[in-house]
Amino acid sequence: MIEPKSHVERPLSPHLQIYRLTITMVMSIVHRATGAALYAGTILFVWWLFAAGNPRRFETINAFLGSWFGRLILFGYTWALLHHLLGGVRHLIWDTGRGMEPGEREFLAWATLIGSGTLTVLVWLLALMLRG
Amino acid sequence: MRTLRHRVRGLGPAHSGTGHFWLQRTTAIANAALVIYFVFLFVTLAGRSHAAVVATIGQPVVAILLLAAILSIVVHMRVGMQVIIEDYVHGEAAKVTLLLANTFFAIAVGLAAAFAVLRISFGL
Repeated sequence: MIEPKSHVERPLSPHLQIYRLTITMVMSIVHRATGAALYAGTILFVWWLFAAGNPRRFETINAFLGSWFGRLILFGYTWALLHHLLGGVRHLIWDTGRGMEPGEREFLAWATLIGSGTLTVLVWLLALMLRG
Repeated sequence: MRTLRHRVRGLGPAHSGTGHFWLQRTTAIANAALVIYFVFLFVTLAGRSHAAVVATIGQPVVAILLLAAILSIVVHMRVGMQVIIEDYVHGEAAKVTLLLANTFFAIAVGLAAAFAVLRISFGL
C-alpha cells in the first residue's frame, strides 16, 4: 500500500513572467488596478463632499483641485473610473457567454482601452468648454 | 466522512453560493448608471461657486441619487477588494485582519459620505 504523504510536491502552474504579454492579460490587470485605485480615491471624494459643507474649506479644496497637480489627479481619477466602467461592461458581456471567441476578446480589450482614453478626453473637453 | 462531492453540494465550499457574484454584478450595473450621471453632473459643476454646488447637491433627487451611488459603490468596492485580498494574502491572520479592515473602511467611507450629503441637503 502506498503511504500517503502529508506534503506532496505537485507541479505548479507557471507564473506570470513565463507568458507572452497579451492585451487581454494587460486589461485584466488594469481592471483590477483601477478598481484598487478607485477604492483609495473614495477618500478624495469624501474629503470633497465634506469640504462642500463649508464655503471657506470649499475654496481651499477647489484651489488644490484646480492646480496642475490637482487636475492631474482628477484626470487620472476620471480615466480610472471610465476604464473600470468599460471593463465592467466587458465582464457583463462575458457573463452572458458572448465575446469570448478569439478575436472578440482582443477587440473588447482594445475597445476598453481606446474607449476609456477617448471618453476621458471628451469629458475633460466638455468640462473645460462649459467652464469657459 | 466528507467526500469532495459533499463539499461542493448546495452552497459549495465557500458556503455563500453565488451571493458574492450577484452582489458584485447588481452593484456593477447600478454603479454604471449612477457613475455616468455623476460624471456629467460634476462636469457641469466644475468651476462653479460654492452656493451653486451646494444648491445642486442639496436637491432631493440629486441627494437621493448620490446616497444610492454611495451605497452601491461602497458595497461594490468592498466585495472587489475582498477578492483581491483573498487572491494575494495567504497567511490566515493577515487575511482575516485585512478582510475586517476592508469591511470597516467601506462602512466608514459610506457613512462619512452619506453624512456629508445629508448635511448639505438639510442645510446644516
